[in-house]
Amino acid sequence: MNTIQTVIDDIKNTWGEQVEMLEDKFFHMIKVPQQLLPELFNKLKQVHGFNHLANLTAVDYKDRFELVYHIYSIPDNRKLAVKADLDHDQPVAPSATSIWPTADWQERELFDLMGIRFDGHPNLKRILLPDEFEGHPLRKDFQVKG
Amino acid sequence: MLQTEQLTINIGPQHPSAHGGLHVEAVLDGEIVVDAIPHLGYVHRSVEKIAESRTYAHYVPYTARFDYLATHLSVMGYVQTVEKLAGIEIPERAEYIRVIMGELSRIASHQLCIGSMAIDIGATTGLLYCMRDRERIMDMFEMTSGQRLLAAYMRIGGIAEDLPEEFFPAVRSFLQDLPAMIKEYDGLLFGNEILQARLKGIGKLSAEDAIAYGVTGPNLRACGVDYDIRKAEPYSIYDRFDFQVPVGSNGDAWDRVVVRKEEIIQSARIIEQALEQMPEGEVRAKVPRVLKPEKGSEVYHRIESAKGELGYYIVSDGGEKPYRLHVRAPSFVNLMVLPLISKGGLIQDIIVNIATLDPVLGEADR
Amino acid sequence: MALDSVKATDKTTEDIEVLQKNNILVTTLEKFWDWGRSWSFWPLNYGCNCCPIEMLAASAARFDIARYGYEVFRASPRQADLIIVAGPVTLKMKPILERVWAQMPEPKWVLAMGNCATSGGPFKDGYSVLPGCDTVVPVDVYVPGCPPRPEALFHGLLELKKKVASGQYIHRR
Repeated sequence: MNTIQTVIDDIKNTWGEQVEMLEDKFFHMIKVPQQLLPELFNKLKQVHGFNHLANLTAVDYKDRFELVYHIYSIPDNRKLAVKADLDHDQPVAPSATSIWPTADWQERELFDLMGIRFDGHPNLKRILLPDEFEGHPLRKDFQVKG
Repeated sequence: MLQTEQLTINIGPQHPSAHGGLHVEAVLDGEIVVDAIPHLGYVHRSVEKIAESRTYAHYVPYTARFDYLATHLSVMGYVQTVEKLAGIEIPERAEYIRVIMGELSRIASHQLCIGSMAIDIGATTGLLYCMRDRERIMDMFEMTSGQRLLAAYMRIGGIAEDLPEEFFPAVRSFLQDLPAMIKEYDGLLFGNEILQARLKGIGKLSAEDAIAYGVTGPNLRACGVDYDIRKAEPYSIYDRFDFQVPVGSNGDAWDRVVVRKEEIIQSARIIEQALEQMPEGEVRAKVPRVLKPEKGSEVYHRIESAKGELGYYIVSDGGEKPYRLHVRAPSFVNLMVLPLISKGGLIQDIIVNIATLDPVLGEADR
Repeated sequence: MALDSVKATDKTTEDIEVLQKNNILVTTLEKFWDWGRSWSFWPLNYGCNCCPIEMLAASAARFDIARYGYEVFRASPRQADLIIVAGPVTLKMKPILERVWAQMPEPKWVLAMGNCATSGGPFKDGYSVLPGCDTVVPVDVYVPGCPPRPEALFHGLLELKKKVASGQYIHRR
């Protein structure tokens, strides 16, 4: 039976130094450059059976954005977390909708609230705020009126 | 052939069956649906930004307002996430009380789903029966926390107060009357030919599409996928209970509603076992007055809420307020399949699909 | 009921008492219409969020809004005369509320239900919630609570009934 360690080893063998192992108490967590994400997700889904993208979100660390993906394999009951850093002034990332269609609205929400653009997304528009809203509220430099 | 044009009409957000403010842009060719595009954001209350300016303890009542139909489960997800982040262990009795209140919430949510599905289709009486039964659960919530609907009864570290004496006879009599309630629903609603004709074969969702679109909860199980987080990745004390996970086979609207009805019965089993096994003891662990989890720590914790996988992602910067809090709302993700299952159907089936997907807009929009 | 405030112009009070004894009521059309309106508001199906669930509970069997005469919820604003704004008014919802309010025929009233509709509630410092629905529509009665119990909603409706029956609302012609 494939354990999560086999998956990690396979990823490290394929991409070597580009994959960084992170310490986390609850997840096996890897960090990769954002250009690598489509290939990595393809391998995770087609080869290792990770078919459920549970959560896709991002954090604004003021000097960078950090994308976080929490991915699960329903048949084998395994989980993995993937992170990628994005530039703070022009945050662009490849879209995961072609691999997991569930990323569609979650990426739209990140575009709406954080201003992260996703290349290859079929319909990148605001989803929660009105279309004419200016700014991206979840960014740390967005001022909220008291 | 008669020349026809497509017509776009708006269903909602002010609509009797808008489930809280859902706007569906329906593109129609006669009565056939060409596309049904959901528009969200009418109840967007900026809760994730507000979380960054509230302490962890102050934020607990906000979490009750996400999924307001199954409030205790919504709060449970949050307090368990914070406890996981900060490494807090809670007493046994508090775990059992949380399970009991959570499962009562699940029953209340499913009863309202069945009732509102009935009234959306036109069977107004169904709602009255379900609300009447739901009022007994509201009474129990009021007994324990003082609030009927949005009870922030759980706290970080356990429960606010122990269960009062009058709770136990109330919950026991509710569990005793539950089989009669289910029989009534069967007779009034599920055995009704008209309801069956309105629901069977409508809004079919295949298992591959469901997993690909991230659908979870009763909607996923209705498609035949046996995936329940309480069994797959047990949290709290769910591994101590013996219960079944109802799984459908067709993925249509009928299966979605029947799975929820069966889950009510299973939740009642869990509550009975929890009442038997519950030990005496404290209901609250010692938690620092101002909670400051370790800097740089983060956690993603998920629970099986009444609507599906409810996940909370919290990042801490060492301060008393979260640096980032994200809610993975099941209703938000479940609504993505609405265009998929409505295309090619009739316009009235859009309403059936919304009702049986059971979205809660407070959670979907946050 | 309406007789107490009728000004006796050329009819004396004795004449009115004689009429009353013979089961004849004397009033003005305005007062008669206000009396009728106050005893049966037709609320609109409107609500986002948690407060409409308590509104639903109020119209269900235990609390029974029908005993006051207000159970006729209409789906179309053109047939309703009371809008119970239950829930927060967000930026995206504001044009909807304005449009629905404009579509309702006169006379019409607003009951703001819950803390969010009254003042923005717990979400007041968010970027997308307006500080109360009175920034959009003129409110007649405020019912605070988060959410207000069905009994509190009834109290608000009865206050509105007093207000309407006594004619103390803005008559827009």
